Amino acid sequence: MTALALLPGISPLRRLARLCWRRKAASFGAAVTLLVVLAAVFAPLLAHQDPNEQDILAQLTPPSAEHLLGTDTFGRDVWSRILHGARISLFIGVASIALAMAIGGLLGLLAGYRGGRTDRIIMSVMDMMLSFPSLVMGLLVVAVLGPSMGNLIIAIAFTAVAPFARIARAPTLAIKQRDFIEAGRALGYSDARLMLRHILPNILDEILVLGSLWLATAIRTEASLSFIGLGVRPPTATWGGMIRDGFENMLDAPWLVIFPSIAILVVMISLNLLGDGLRDATDPKLRNE
Amino acid sequence: MFLYTLKRLLLAIPTLLGVLTIVFVIVRIAPGDPAIVILGENATRDAIEQLHAQLGLDVPIWQQYLNFMGQVLSGDLGRSMITNRPVLSEVWRVLPYTMELTVAALAIGIAVGLPLGVIAARHRNKAADFVIRCLSLLGLSFPAFISAILLLLVFSIQLKWLPVIGEASYADPDKRLAALILPALNLGLIMVAYITRVTRSSMLNVIGEDYIRTARAKGVPARWVIWRHTLRNALIPIVTVIGLYLGVLIGNSVLTEIVFNRPGLGKLIVIALNSRDYPTLQAMLVIYAFVIVLANLFTDLMYGVIDPKVRNQ
Amino acid sequence: MNNPRHPPAAPVLAVENLSTEFRVQGRWLPAIRDLSFSVGRNETLAIVGESGCGKSITSLSVMRLIPASQGRVARGSIRLDGQELLALPEAGMEKIRGNRMAMIFQEPMTSLNPVMTVGDQIAESLRHHRQATRAEARQRALELLEWVRIPSARSRYGDYPHQFSGGMRQRVMIAMALACEPQLLLADEPTTALDVTIQVQILALLAELKASRQMGMVFITHNLGVVASIADRVAVMYGGRIIEQADVRSLFERPTHPYTEALLRSMPRVDRPRADLRPIPGQVPPITEELPGCRYAGRCPLAEPRCLRSVPPLAPVAGSPGHLARCWVRAEPACLEDAA
Repeated sequence: MTALALLPGISPLRRLARLCWRRKAASFGAAVTLLVVLAAVFAPLLAHQDPNEQDILAQLTPPSAEHLLGTDTFGRDVWSRILHGARISLFIGVASIALAMAIGGLLGLLAGYRGGRTDRIIMSVMDMMLSFPSLVMGLLVVAVLGPSMGNLIIAIAFTAVAPFARIARAPTLAIKQRDFIEAGRALGYSDARLMLRHILPNILDEILVLGSLWLATAIRTEASLSFIGLGVRPPTATWGGMIRDGFENMLDAPWLVIFPSIAILVVMISLNLLGDGLRDATDPKLRNE
Repeated sequence: MFLYTLKRLLLAIPTLLGVLTIVFVIVRIAPGDPAIVILGENATRDAIEQLHAQLGLDVPIWQQYLNFMGQVLSGDLGRSMITNRPVLSEVWRVLPYTMELTVAALAIGIAVGLPLGVIAARHRNKAADFVIRCLSLLGLSFPAFISAILLLLVFSIQLKWLPVIGEASYADPDKRLAALILPALNLGLIMVAYITRVTRSSMLNVIGEDYIRTARAKGVPARWVIWRHTLRNALIPIVTVIGLYLGVLIGNSVLTEIVFNRPGLGKLIVIALNSRDYPTLQAMLVIYAFVIVLANLFTDLMYGVIDPKVRNQ
Repeated sequence: MNNPRHPPAAPVLAVENLSTEFRVQGRWLPAIRDLSFSVGRNETLAIVGESGCGKSITSLSVMRLIPASQGRVARGSIRLDGQELLALPEAGMEKIRGNRMAMIFQEPMTSLNPVMTVGDQIAESLRHHRQATRAEARQRALELLEWVRIPSARSRYGDYPHQFSGGMRQRVMIAMALACEPQLLLADEPTTALDVTIQVQILALLAELKASRQMGMVFITHNLGVVASIADRVAVMYGGRIIEQADVRSLFERPTHPYTEALLRSMPRVDRPRADLRPIPGQVPPITEELPGCRYAGRCPLAEPRCLRSVPPLAPVAGSPGHLARCWVRAEPACLEDAA
């Protein structure tokens, strides 16, 4: 059964197409992001060596034909480690944001729809969470739960829930006043059905745009946590962890720090460009530009 | 204004209690027994129970809660398990460093970010706007620790303009200032990126308002319209966002302190984490809670100054 | 009226062939075309028309307040007391706005700066244009507040706009606009957003101020009732052009252009049976539609083939001095020298 009414507007797919044509920066961001995703997915094929294979004889060698980006203190190939690190970063990023979107979005939907006390309670908790810095919150959750991939995802999702709740609540408040919701209630639809099948599709837009913007933040938080030492445990390759390891030998082997940094930067910039473009494309005020 | 301030101060109290409760909950929901985590799997029963008593974990949870709140509100933050010194004194020792870093970064952020945002809004879609937006994007895309490492590499190591920092740097005020520059710059540039963005978009919103048209119709000179009329109104959302960014600042200061080997709250937390110093961890959380409530209070008070509608309720 | 023994004094505002274009979907389209009118001292010219006919754009163009990113004055001449405004640089215009020429807007709720006191907003004009000191400006601003009949002016000087009602805010706007005693006031639907009882007060205030200052006023509205009560002369706009111009009596007694006629007929009146209400069929053509002929022809009962082919010029109406209409059928331009 389809939604009673999808508010008039262009479908998200067409909007994406229009955006790619009109905003070169955003499409550049999208293209690069796609490249990174492909690189991560096909990492085992693209990486020449096992990222965790140690070769003490070849430790700390600069970039060469055999080791494209050099080796680290344990003789592990940097290029392979970066590729596999991409997998970790992207996986954690996407998983945590998906989790945050689901939980935060539902909470915001509930708060906006129910109003009154439910709204006040949920939003006060969200407000308090919002004022806590992401990194510190993530740090503490990981400290409490212990560093592992699953816990990292939970931790980062935790830091992102409040913004999604906020962004889901506002349009819910507006939409619940509309006639087709009244009509649905008159037809005897349950609250849950109205919320999930009728309101949710209409606010999905804004949630997804925020998701793309927060993906960059999530990846940055993961890298930062790895740098502090709270990331996925070694010997698994993570970008932040590689920088942490390389920090000590920065003077002798700068490539250990430079290449993972470039990787992080490339992902951050392209995700930011993409997120910005998506946000501009869906902003009604900017429609005529 | 006075009434408004009073109201805000009073509201801050339940907020503080609420945040402290959240802190308590976070620390207690850890799966597993902290005593086992600290002592290891093979610890004896007695040792575990002794540690429990030491950590105050041997009483029912509601009593733990009351003990916790009572201690915090009377200023007792427990003792570090490593140094056995009161946590509060450790915090007092490093607080000035964190404060000076935060204030310097915020100052740089506002002093540079605000004008850049205004210029970008004024010359929308032209060259200046484009350049400023690019720089802003770069600033946002650099995670704090990477930019810190980059600054360290370039300025301290390659160019040798500024010293690589060590603990001894802090005795001498000159050296202390020199040791502040790079970390403040690191955080400051990130703040510049954020503040430029929000200033630009807030200004653009206000420029389209009717009262700006009225000001121009009065013949108010263009520069006056931008600074006195537009910016003054744009500040309201900007201050909100800066209040939110204080959190970002605090988070990033942790990373900066690590890279630059600077004493401060962030460093303290990381050391506590690595050595499983439970009481210190808990106390650090409490400190952060306080700081955040204070920051929010400050933002609210700023509203009272900027927005007459809020003042005259 | 043209009296040969007393040649008319030079008009305060003389607009000739003004055209303003707007950027729509990448093209420049005219919003107002070939506009010519004048306003004399102590004279109120009402510009009437429905939404979208270009009346607001006219006043914004005269003040040169059209944002450069959206539109531009394409051609024409705007002379304020003899001085050509279109030749002035922006800095020159800044000296004239709020000083010799002022404007008040439709929405008093959003047209005042929320973070400045009303007193300061009024004083601001004086400080910029008259180089008044703070004390002088404050004094004069207080006088102005009293002049526009704000009760307890002294204590309200330091209040903020959100503490005033709509009618009071409009009075503040008027005080702001007239602070430097301009020669010309452009009023863009100043009473549309107000209650009827307040409307009457504001109109009376404006009339009184205008007379005491011998100021010229351009009053933009879509309300013919307002026109009847305050205007000396009227210009009716449609589709970006003036389609009829006359003194107010002539316009109401002998509406010439079919649109004016239809407009008057479509006004609900207490003294006529309700069944007589006749709305105008059809719709105003959008700005993107470029038509070679009269833009009203599609809705006009009198339309002839030549109406669709070319735009009629503003021609004098026979038997009514000073009365012009833009219609092939009703105002045949027999002798174009008379159209001055």
